[in-house]
Amino acid sequence: MKLKPEDLKKISEKMEASTNLRSGAGRAKITVHMGTCGIATGARDIMKAFLDELEASGKKDILFTTTGCAGLCSHEPMATIEIKGESPVKYVHLTKDKVKEIFEQHVIKGNIVEKSALGRGSERVG
Amino acid sequence: MEDLSLHILDIVENSIRAGSSKVEVNLEEKKEEGILLLNINDNGSGMDMETLNIVSSPFYSSKQSKNFGLGISLLKQAALETEGSFEINSKEGIGTELKAEFKNEHPDMKPLGDIMLTIKMLRLSHPEIEFLYSNGSNSK
Repeated sequence: MKLKPEDLKKISEKMEASTNLRSGAGRAKITVHMGTCGIATGARDIMKAFLDELEASGKKDILFTTTGCAGLCSHEPMATIEIKGESPVKYVHLTKDKVKEIFEQHVIKGNIVEKSALGRGSERVG
Repeated sequence: MEDLSLHILDIVENSIRAGSSKVEVNLEEKKEEGILLLNINDNGSGMDMETLNIVSSPFYSSKQSKNFGLGISLLKQAALETEGSFEINSKEGIGTELKAEFKNEHPDMKPLGDIMLTIKMLRLSHPEIEFLYSNGSNSK
């Protein structure tokens, strides 16, 4: 079985139709932590869940990206949600159900889902 | 890691964080020999000899300045547990080449898992990077 370049192009085009991945100025940004610790605890499924929500929403002003380990391995899988002009919020111990709620409440409506959040801020300083 | 597709995702994420613009993943099954070969090549920043010599140790991580941690040692362990082999070569400024050989019939062989989901997720989250994936079998 071979995945041909045209197959990859189709996958990419499908998503680009509804999302603006990693480029341009978005209203919100979703970052899934894909370090070894995150991947071992289910980050790939969390990433897929966010991308499915993103595609279903039809929104074009939401950026999506990945990053590495945040140094909080016991809290994985994790994601950071950043609304333009606001502090990033780190969500921990994610599940598909939590992703759905976080996407609907925080990413779309701007309301932080406190019960699933670790806090405001980013592991990157400066 | 539950399966090889997650190991592959982890290693390719390393390649991405090492600044690669092109990553090749090749899986080849040699059926008669009962071997699965995994090759991952990137054109990222590469590693110097000192780093390369210790990178596959689980006791080494240099997250302060480098882009890898436990992932390479976990893949190496997964290969060696099947009585397979593991090799990594790298040149600074050129890229890194990783080869892992798995004995398919070994009781400790992990399942391949959802490799297509891994490739799809990589492609969607990093559209600026060229991913080449091939999966073939050789019965000769």
